Amino acid sequence: MAHTTEEVLAGLAELINDETGISPDQVTLEKSFTDDLDIDSISMMTIVVNAEEKFDVKIPDDEVKNLTTVGEAVSFITKAQG
Amino acid sequence: MSELRQSHGPAGTQIMSLGAARGDLVVSNDDLAGPIDSSDEWIRQRTGIIERRRSSAAEGAIDLAERAGKEAIAKAGIKPTDIGAVIVATISNSVQTPSLAALLADRVGATPAAAYDISAACAGYTYGIAQADALIRAGVAQYVLVVGAEKLSDFAKPTDRSISFLLGDGAGAAVVGPSDSVGIGPTVWGSDGSKWDAVGMDHSLKEAFDDPEREFPTLRQDGQAVFRWAVWEMAKVAQEALEVSGISAEELTAFVPHQANMRIIDEFAKQLGLPESVLIARDIQTTGNTSAASIPLAMHRLLEEHPEASGGYALQIGFGAGLVFGAQVVRLP
Repeated sequence: MAHTTEEVLAGLAELINDETGISPDQVTLEKSFTDDLDIDSISMMTIVVNAEEKFDVKIPDDEVKNLTTVGEAVSFITKAQG
Repeated sequence: MSELRQSHGPAGTQIMSLGAARGDLVVSNDDLAGPIDSSDEWIRQRTGIIERRRSSAAEGAIDLAERAGKEAIAKAGIKPTDIGAVIVATISNSVQTPSLAALLADRVGATPAAAYDISAACAGYTYGIAQADALIRAGVAQYVLVVGAEKLSDFAKPTDRSISFLLGDGAGAAVVGPSDSVGIGPTVWGSDGSKWDAVGMDHSLKEAFDDPEREFPTLRQDGQAVFRWAVWEMAKVAQEALEVSGISAEELTAFVPHQANMRIIDEFAKQLGLPESVLIARDIQTTGNTSAASIPLAMHRLLEEHPEASGGYALQIGFGAGLVFGAQVVRLP
């Protein structure tokens, strides 16, 4: 079943918390993964793979490079769910 | 007309002994941080590496291979001339031909053993063990010397932020021979050339030669893509190697993955759900990533630190440029 934007954001915040310990309330749509949240490329990939499983979507390697903000990731996942 | 004969060997094989040689220089993170605008902390956090071993100008991959090879032969208690094949897994032979293996066979006194190199990058050692096992069981050779030997510092670029600061120099050797019981389980191996560009040289030798502006080719990688493949795809390969061997994770004494990056090793172990009792090789911390040499170097060290592990089963898995991979369960010598 497709998740809403709010559900994807909450789910993503949970995955980011699991991987990095960053508090979920810090994870908002306008935040940059690297510049604001200080998430390194390896943690980012772990979050991506866990997000694929959680939301049942495919996020190709090439696409990961385009997802610089939390909002872009939420938007990609929401659309990819069809 | 006479019928052709075929050779047949023993039913079982084993790794009889290991040898190790690390570069003669200790290179700290601080030594490398400047040109990549980085720091000791940044490198440790992303790779788990505290320092790596590299070779001085006088020490080549062949010298490392010779030291490791001689140790393995001495520990196996065989004569060098008993060796029927010398297989060197390497990506740092400085010439297209001849092979490093032919020179190594001569240096360790294994002449006239068959000798050839394998180009399977970080999976090269597991490919070599697969071949040694097959050659011995087919009766083609009684003993095989398998060596992973690398001087990767020759192919590292000080300003590269993708892979160069991970790299170390070293050689690990194994003597594979006959056994009354199975000491090397079935190999699970393969390739995925669709990801040929994910890790490898930044340009070809010919491009460097034709254009005086180009530099000598060095290694680089798409770290994110490699990380995803190395953990989640390779976890499936590792599981398969356990299944075909008939060994459960609980029966393992050690897990010896290619020492690519500590973050890969940690996530890999998590994905496999290994019990606490399994020793996990973490030689990368002070040796760096030595490509084809990393598994035998890590296993050699693990056995030095845990001699009681000898005789137990270890899951070893190599993966790297190609992309290529190989895994098998082996009995620790």
